[in-house]
Amino acid sequence: MLNINNLHVDLEDEDKTILKGVNLSVEAGKVHAIMGPNGSGKSTLSYVLAGRDGYKVTEGSATLDGDDILDMEPEERAAAGLFLAFQYPVEIPGVGNMTFLRTAVNAQRKARGEDEMSAAEFLKVIRAKAKDLKIDADMLKRPVNVGFSGGEKKRNEILQMAMLEPRMCILDETDSGLDVDAMKLVSEGVNALRTEGRGFLVITHYQRLLDHIKPDVVHIMADGRIIKTGGPELALEVEKNGYADILAEVA
Amino acid sequence: MTVLDDTQVKDGVDQETVDAVREVGGAYKYGWSTDIEMEYAPKGLTTDIVRLISEKNEEPEWMLEWRLAAYERWLTKVEPDWAMVDYPEIDFQEQYYYARPKSMMVKPKSLDEVDPKLLATYSKLGIPLKEQAILAGVEGAGEMPAEARKVAVDAVFDSVSVGTTFQKELREAGVIFCSISEAIREHPELVKKYLGSVVPVNDNFYATLNSAVFSDGSFVYVPPGVRCPMELSTYFRINAENTGQFERTLIIADKGSYVSYLEGCTAPQRDESQLHAAVVEIIIEEDAEVKYSTVQNWYPGDENGKGGIYNFVTKRADCRGDRAKVMWTQVETGSAVTWKYPSCILRGDDSQGEFYSIAIANNMQQADTGTKMIHLGKRTKSRIVSKGISAGKAQNTYRGLVSMHPKAKESRNYTQCDSLLIGDKCGAHTVPYIEVKNNSSRVEHEATTSKVDDDQMFYCRQRGMDEEEAVALVVNGFCKDVLQALPMEFAMEAQQLVAISLEGSVG
Repeated sequence: MLNINNLHVDLEDEDKTILKGVNLSVEAGKVHAIMGPNGSGKSTLSYVLAGRDGYKVTEGSATLDGDDILDMEPEERAAAGLFLAFQYPVEIPGVGNMTFLRTAVNAQRKARGEDEMSAAEFLKVIRAKAKDLKIDADMLKRPVNVGFSGGEKKRNEILQMAMLEPRMCILDETDSGLDVDAMKLVSEGVNALRTEGRGFLVITHYQRLLDHIKPDVVHIMADGRIIKTGGPELALEVEKNGYADILAEVA
Repeated sequence: MTVLDDTQVKDGVDQETVDAVREVGGAYKYGWSTDIEMEYAPKGLTTDIVRLISEKNEEPEWMLEWRLAAYERWLTKVEPDWAMVDYPEIDFQEQYYYARPKSMMVKPKSLDEVDPKLLATYSKLGIPLKEQAILAGVEGAGEMPAEARKVAVDAVFDSVSVGTTFQKELREAGVIFCSISEAIREHPELVKKYLGSVVPVNDNFYATLNSAVFSDGSFVYVPPGVRCPMELSTYFRINAENTGQFERTLIIADKGSYVSYLEGCTAPQRDESQLHAAVVEIIIEEDAEVKYSTVQNWYPGDENGKGGIYNFVTKRADCRGDRAKVMWTQVETGSAVTWKYPSCILRGDDSQGEFYSIAIANNMQQADTGTKMIHLGKRTKSRIVSKGISAGKAQNTYRGLVSMHPKAKESRNYTQCDSLLIGDKCGAHTVPYIEVKNNSSRVEHEATTSKVDDDQMFYCRQRGMDEEEAVALVVNGFCKDVLQALPMEFAMEAQQLVAISLEGSVG
């Protein structure tokens, strides 16, 4: 489904290479986790895949279902089914959460040549999904992420994911800033979306999120490369011994 | 335009957003002119011109005296230079101060007699001068009452009012709504009593100039206890070249009355800059309320700063009675240079003033705008919400004064001014002046400057919106506080204006 091949990425404004040949394949129905120390390039990978400005791909490719996504505009990637749950969800003052989401849902539908969702249908669907994430009506009306707590912001990201029904979900440090209860809610939300046709790439610094969202494959990333790949036990190893051992082992 | 050709009607905000975005792509859409035979006063400003304007308007002697006194004052005054705007010196002798369509030489007795060309001009602007009800809202606008709403219009074309609709129906309610020239002839006692009582003749350079040469404008009187049965509006159109428009508006809301008034402005696209120096005076007596909304869309000049209207306007409301209320709402998208500070004098105890403004400046536009809240009475309240949006190389300044006088005990002001910068070649400035001369009043000021930043754009686009949709969404959100205060039909137009002004500013 998502195939990343020898991806090299520089920062556009600085002469600095962040990704130095990333190889990764996420199959439909699977959850892949990427762990790694700070500065290893995990977040950069998620931004590059989603099409954020400021990065220059110097070598390699990334395809979603065989289509080259690196040539697409961010909204085209979204319409193609790529979703990024942000580490720091962005505030948009004055724009109601629901308005934002409906604009997004319908923009994607239009781009795919599908009918737009009617207001009534949208309301019905969003209410049901919001309820599962313990998001109340008030939070749906408030401006996007403005004044939201850390947990509310992350739950809101998952709500957006549930509404947009992407095929490939990238979660960038979704666990950061969450307390135990919020982590549980968010994880349940993610788990509910696990289906045969959908792939996940979960980026996290800590093992604890992976207690809730059980990965099929765990990758360790360091200095712009995937240095080790294994099963869920790899995450436990990191938890126990830190990254130092693995880094030493590879070096 | 990419995905917006689908005309399927959706409900609610999305439709507005899409409409707004759809509107992007045209340049200034009111830039055409009407080819019509005009009668001009000779170029330049002298006592003879003042006399001529007075004569054309068939004014009584006292009015002429008033004008001449203003002219004498004006000669002694110096053009203000403190505003953060920069423009070539204006040669006041190179302007025409009076221009009217020849067909208006004999004043039409009713709208049926008005030159069809003039009527067509207003139709084309979307302002039909017919006494027909305007259907509430626009299609899909939501929960508007089923019955149609009426809006009375006074249409001012260059120097003259070409007609006022619904006068009869308004008269039955006791409301006087006519051109100011007609009011001077027909209701001298009211005009004498109130004209210049809020903005004195010698108030400032442009107001003094206006007092000498104003040619037309609107007059409203709402008698005690009357709720004006419909919205009133004046539509100003500058058409002639090298001609200044100097309109004068006088609104009087007597005790316990209510009126909502809208004002719209457009002008043709010309290479020469044109002057517009208006004065608006509002008198609000005890328990009365006035809402004054403006959608100012004068020609802003081209992207190199050529042409455009110089908009130097003095607007002031005087809450004379206790519990009087006034609300200014303005959406400023046009003009090359704007210099405008709609103000509230809160004289009556418990009187209230509100000011909601969105000023959008693109290309080479310069706006120096804001408000003055003068708290004189006890427990007076004011609120200021100002949003400045700058794009291109535009400069947008908020300049506001909040003054709490010694007797204005327990008064309050809340000010929020936000600036939004789109791109890195524009500027936003906030210049608040605050004076508090008693110890029981409270003044709060919040100012923020934000950019439609890359993060917001990326966030919206990652969720599937294209660039235009994303900018429209973010900017409309930013403007929402102000737009919410506008009447419905206006809010729709204003949202479109927002999109027009931001055309091409992304990236």
